[in-house]
Amino acid sequence: MASITDTMAGDHRRCDEIFADAEASISDSNWEAGSAQFKEFHEAMEHHFSMEEGVLFPTFEEASGMTMGPTQVMRMEHTQMRQLFSDMAQAVEKQDKDAYLGLSETLMMIMQQHNMKEEQMLYPMTDRTFGGGADEVLEKMNAV
Amino acid sequence: MLNTANLSLEQAPPISIPFRFFLTAPLFGLAAAMLLIWYGPEVMTSRWSPQALALTHLITLGFLALVMCGALLQMLPVLAGVPVPQVVLVGNLVHPLLSVGTLGLVIGFLLGSLQWLKFAVIALGAGFVIYILAVGVALWRVKQPNPTVTGMRMALMALGVTVLIGLTLASGLSGWGTLNYPFLYTNVHLVWGMLGWVALLLIGVSFQVVPMFQVTPEYPGWMRNLLPRSLLLGLAIWTTLYVTAFIDRTTLFWSFACLIIMLVGYIAFAVTTLMLQQKRRRKITDVTLLFWRVGIVAIPLSFMVWAIGRMFPKITVFVDLDMLLGVSMIFGVAIPLLNGMLYKIVPFLSWFHLQNRQLAMMCMSVQIPNMKQFMPDAPAIRQFWIYLAALVFTLAAVVVPDWLARPAAVLLAVSFGMLGYNLLQVVLRFREVSSELDQAATSNQDG
Repeated sequence: MASITDTMAGDHRRCDEIFADAEASISDSNWEAGSAQFKEFHEAMEHHFSMEEGVLFPTFEEASGMTMGPTQVMRMEHTQMRQLFSDMAQAVEKQDKDAYLGLSETLMMIMQQHNMKEEQMLYPMTDRTFGGGADEVLEKMNAV
Repeated sequence: MLNTANLSLEQAPPISIPFRFFLTAPLFGLAAAMLLIWYGPEVMTSRWSPQALALTHLITLGFLALVMCGALLQMLPVLAGVPVPQVVLVGNLVHPLLSVGTLGLVIGFLLGSLQWLKFAVIALGAGFVIYILAVGVALWRVKQPNPTVTGMRMALMALGVTVLIGLTLASGLSGWGTLNYPFLYTNVHLVWGMLGWVALLLIGVSFQVVPMFQVTPEYPGWMRNLLPRSLLLGLAIWTTLYVTAFIDRTTLFWSFACLIIMLVGYIAFAVTTLMLQQKRRRKITDVTLLFWRVGIVAIPLSFMVWAIGRMFPKITVFVDLDMLLGVSMIFGVAIPLLNGMLYKIVPFLSWFHLQNRQLAMMCMSVQIPNMKQFMPDAPAIRQFWIYLAALVFTLAAVVVPDWLARPAAVLLAVSFGMLGYNLLQVVLRFREVSSELDQAATSNQDG
């Protein structure tokens, strides 16, 4: 039986690795690879967010009755990160290395503190709430 | 406007709480450097002189403890998933108590004043008791502690032991009670402070922070599960053997052996960290990584120099090995690790709070600077090089204090001064942007 914590934490690590590759290329001024890797990273993050916002959060809110709890804070931080993605996309467009690296540093900090909260609190809470039903939720998330 | 104040993941204290700890700390570092400039080489000739005790505590209480306590209040909700109860009240009490307590202790040492020492015992005692209780309640509320939480619990217990012995020593010195075996208990006090509180907190936090922020593989499972607990147990065993050696000399050898085994554990942690950083996927070398490399490399180096020196006493007869170890642990390990962390945490918190407010207000006309715009690399890297020069001179000053104590002190003063100035610039920028947001909010309301 797969757990939501392990699956989603694994997806965090996957996103981190693409993030690191994009940042490395751009800091070498390799814009061709860098812009492709940034696009891949951006898509991976949006996919991760939609798995959460589309399936995991609403299912958890329904099962636990907590609608203004941790999921709301996580959504708020997604918004903060989306703002950074759009600024980063602009920096890639303009090939502005300093702007990109300043934003990527900022994103890394908020992304990791966000991941810690999810991996330590929210995901284990969802696993406990769903119990044996976690597999079913994961299946729906994979379909996103 | 979305009210995020009472949501269960939004338990971070207001930004003014960590900032006041972080901005006060470099001032104590600066004061320590000034003290060394004023008294000069005599401070470094004996670690028992009042000036040496004053200097040590300006750094350990004034810089290390303030930064560590402030950072932990801020990071506990993220790293452990638990809020510190009454965090605003705790911050409002602990910061002034530790600050004036440290000053009182230093004045007490320098003037030999019993009144000031008594004042320090009360202020520091109250500050640490409040802090340990609040953070302890939070840490022991965690139901399924991960290795980071376990490391923090062990570190907090070590802080308790350090403070308890420190208070006992200071009380004895101030005329409250009697001062029994001061040298013995001072050694126990500083070992629990450095190898317990500082090192265990570093280890626990690194387990989580190094793999996540530098995108490295995880620390090995056995290390995460066993190291913090074993080291705390080791400290307890060492203390028992070391204290009983006063009555029965035969245990002195075993206490030394116990310490060596523990040092192997710390060295294993440091080497593992360097190996993980070698494999890191995130290739950017920033100023924090530079500071961390110095701090981590200094762990095995300082222990090995000390252990080898102890084994071949004839070669090292001209050097005070214990003093060298203390200086390298404090100035070579603890200070750079915290200095590097400050360059991440202060700009990040500034950005995070402002962008959060901006989104809540839906006010996109105000541009929020990113972390590097809050804290540019160039001045931070300049401070790093000054710090490194200060470290080299301070270590050398242990060997030739007459020539090098004052030059080392000047470099330390410049390093702490630059750190304080750089952090202050971030906070001023934060306030500037914050007031722009206030203005935008009022003009929105007017319109």
